[in-house]
Amino acid sequence: MAAAKAGERDAFDQLVKATYAEVYTLAYRLTGNEEDARDVVQDAYFRAFRSLKRFRGDSRFSTWMYRITANCASTYLTRRRKGRHEQLSEDDTHRDERPEVDPEQMAEAGMLRDRMTAALADLPPLLRSVVVLRDVYDLPHEAIASELGITEAAAKVRLHRARRKLRERLFPMPGEEKARAV
Amino acid sequence: MRSSRLSEGSVFRRARLHRGGGAACDAVAAALPGIVDGEDVADLELRRHVETCLRCQAELAQYRKVLRALHQLRTEVIEPAPGLLPDILASLSAAGERRAMGHLLTGRQAAYVGGIAAATAAGAAGALVLASRARKSRLRLAS
Repeated sequence: MAAAKAGERDAFDQLVKATYAEVYTLAYRLTGNEEDARDVVQDAYFRAFRSLKRFRGDSRFSTWMYRITANCASTYLTRRRKGRHEQLSEDDTHRDERPEVDPEQMAEAGMLRDRMTAALADLPPLLRSVVVLRDVYDLPHEAIASELGITEAAAKVRLHRARRKLRERLFPMPGEEKARAV
Repeated sequence: MRSSRLSEGSVFRRARLHRGGGAACDAVAAALPGIVDGEDVADLELRRHVETCLRCQAELAQYRKVLRALHQLRTEVIEPAPGLLPDILASLSAAGERRAMGHLLTGRQAAYVGGIAAATAAGAAGALVLASRARKSRLRLAS
């Protein structure tokens, strides 16, 4: 790390090699597709390379990269939404066209992870970012708010909304399945 | 933390627990996403309701499962398609070269500016010398 901070490219390349798969995983979860994730990862490492001297080392390099990646993905998704002139509401609903299955059986069969991945991909990007950063990567609310350019209160509201949507999708309570079907 | 506790409490009280049934469960349902991981603190009234309401207990258990499934994703790594690492390293190299070129240009620009400044200073000094000589010769002629 010291060598990379001193400007040695080989040392920074080693850091990239050690972390790029994890950083790509986060970028993929935030953007929801491979092409966007690749762009975000490249942008994230470029920014990290430029600002490495500002890395104080009070967290792990990978955690610092997660924050940069979250910021890059947020910028990327905002720019893309504006480019498309789309209004992506936080309350957008997504149709689940897959056949209904018993959630308990699927969990027992070890498929809950796949269902969670699919449910996350179907969340509106604003909700997905917050729940991924908080509940998967364990970033504090303050860091999430800072990187996404929102207040901590807004981050918490989005987190709770995202958790509710995931719960409704994965483990619908009696009555909720009917409501979704209507 | 204190404010969230108060706000949950007030939401819950607004729903009037003593009515029981739907209204109270709705209020608990609104608070569960915040209290499932202990970030928000459930007040006594809410906890008592959950202890006696099977529907709310079930819903809380489902939220815990959601959270566990999310935590488990932390260890999963999605393998990027081959070619990403070389692309990242190539873009960093290109950025490094642009940066070096920028430094080089900046150095040359500084040299040009320094040269011009030195030439200007030398010219000004020469002009001053010439002007003072001309004045001395005028004074000699006048005397």
